[in-house]
Amino acid sequence: MSRDNLAFVRSHMLPEAPPPVAETGAVKWLRENLFSSVGNTLLTLVSAYVVVRILFGVAPWFFNGIWDSPSLSACREMLDGRTGACFAVLTERWNQLLFGFKYPPDLYWRPTLAFVLLFVAAAPVLFMKYLPRQMLIFTGLYPFIAFWLIWGGSIMVPIFALLGVLLGAFVYWRTLTISAGVAVLAGIVAALVFWWASRLVTAPLGDVLALQPVVSRDLGGFMVNMLLGVVCVSLSLPFGIMLALGRQSRMPIIKWICVVFIEFIRGVPLITLLFVANVVLAYFLPPGTTFDLILRVIIMITMFSSAYIAEVIRGGLAALPRGQYEAADSLGLDYAQSMQLIILPQALKISIPGIVNVAVGLFKDTTLVSIISMFDIVGMIRGPILASTEWNGVYWELFGFACLLFFIVCYGISQYSQWLERELRTDHR
Amino acid sequence: MAAETQMQISDEIAIEITKMNKWYGAFHVLRDIDLTVYRGERIVVAGPSGSGKSTLIRCINALEEHQKGKIVVDGTVLSSDIKNIDTIRSEVGMVFQHFNLFPHLTILENCTLAPIWVRKTPKREAEETAMHFLEKVKIPEQADKYPGQLSGGQQQRVAIARSLCMRPRIMLFDEPTSALDPEMIKEVLDTMVALAEEGMTMICVTHEMGFARQVANRVIFMDQGQIVEQNEPEEFFNNPKSERTKLFLSQILGH
Repeated sequence: MSRDNLAFVRSHMLPEAPPPVAETGAVKWLRENLFSSVGNTLLTLVSAYVVVRILFGVAPWFFNGIWDSPSLSACREMLDGRTGACFAVLTERWNQLLFGFKYPPDLYWRPTLAFVLLFVAAAPVLFMKYLPRQMLIFTGLYPFIAFWLIWGGSIMVPIFALLGVLLGAFVYWRTLTISAGVAVLAGIVAALVFWWASRLVTAPLGDVLALQPVVSRDLGGFMVNMLLGVVCVSLSLPFGIMLALGRQSRMPIIKWICVVFIEFIRGVPLITLLFVANVVLAYFLPPGTTFDLILRVIIMITMFSSAYIAEVIRGGLAALPRGQYEAADSLGLDYAQSMQLIILPQALKISIPGIVNVAVGLFKDTTLVSIISMFDIVGMIRGPILASTEWNGVYWELFGFACLLFFIVCYGISQYSQWLERELRTDHR
Repeated sequence: MAAETQMQISDEIAIEITKMNKWYGAFHVLRDIDLTVYRGERIVVAGPSGSGKSTLIRCINALEEHQKGKIVVDGTVLSSDIKNIDTIRSEVGMVFQHFNLFPHLTILENCTLAPIWVRKTPKREAEETAMHFLEKVKIPEQADKYPGQLSGGQQQRVAIARSLCMRPRIMLFDEPTSALDPEMIKEVLDTMVALAEEGMTMICVTHEMGFARQVANRVIFMDQGQIVEQNEPEEFFNNPKSERTKLFLSQILGH
């Protein structure tokens, strides 16, 4: 095209063309990711060396491991000077690691069954789209079934607890037309009154369908970590949502209660809250009241994590454009409807990584209860197992096993959350 | 056209605003607004940015609270009572500059949500209504997609359909074409013209003066929170009275 002739008219549109066929395969990947520059090549070689050294160090220890032996000294004899792990402690103390040392051995099937049923109960919540809605009924019943299985006692206790919840829900439903706040209060009061009154009925019916009772003090091992983790995560999510919404409320009293609660809890270490639950609370309660230790710990951990979850969700709420609130308002949706249908589904989706972060942290923090002399898995390892004459000195194997259990659960949670994020993606970027 | 559209306007009052004032903090945004809208009227509100146009129509469905004066919508006095506000909002449709569709719901769900939850319409019926209005805005085939998959013009038409599904008696448009590419403005304006021809009461904040000429029966010009001039479109554009209006028109029509 010469300078004099700048006019141009396209006579035909260009068709879409495939991208140039690039080199693919492992060679390309290696070159791009591992050997792209001198520095990276050097780093690759150094890290390969470190990895190999670690593998060669650990492999004999792991593969020479002894799985069957009555004590550490017997283990050492069998190894006869070779490096090798003494995994026998895991097989020999397997039940103690999982259930604690005081849970009656012939009742191990009960927490095991509760653990298996946990998956059935969690599945319809976790995979809402793919499983029938009716399965949620079992999810609703599960807490009561699990309680009965783990603690035993008369079936009347969980049944009346369930009835109290249902009554509270019914009262809430019927008073909802007056105002949401009144309804929540009325529902809670109705349930409490019902539970208080039901003690008169359940006491004489103590033997009906009774499983052998187990007291909270006798629970132990990884079971305690699972129990605290599952209960506290599932309780702190709804509480966290309520706190986050409360903090945004236009009603100053509600707003300030939430702000003070969140800021106070976030400013205090969990371990001090646990000490409060263990020691200090007893001073305030009237003497002779049996306020279950596990219940106290559950309340404290739930308070702690719901404050954190509230802040995560507040971030999600703040990230939504104001237009979403306005669009919901302009259609005539009331506060509850716009929160439930428009705002929370989007805010929670944004908050998933943060919520998972808190949930994983909370689950790992359940090991802190070992400090207030509860025998969770860490408490069991540090206490009864390492203190015994047979297994004094087996650190790597025991703590490695605890790490493995926690890693499996936490990695599972993280993988699930990533799947959920992909599943909820509707922006098609 | 003017004569024909005149006939559709009744004597019934749809919105009556008297001596309405609003402040943002100490800033006096709206000053002594008096405005009566009759049923079937199509009003275009024009004016420079920051003149209070959007704030005015957002006060009508209480997205913004006014501090002084009285607003009566469809015979209901706008007060701070929440029930009262929700009633007015369900009678008054609103279309936003940035569409504000719900990104986590499909197009069809966007349209059926409010009828199902606010009007308690059965799901089947709400879906039929939604499809009816999606056909009207000419995108029924997109019903199962998500807002993120649609172009801006399509999203805005969905937003109009979403409002219409509530069968509102009044429609408010807050700069509905300002965020659109030039090629998409026309498809949205066509939808609005069709709506006007059916006799919907409409208040549009817009810079589309062609639309104002074609559809409006009254143009309101605002500046500094006040109504400076209002007239029939012919008079307004050809023979503006106030100096401020003349300046404004020369600036937006002069190129």
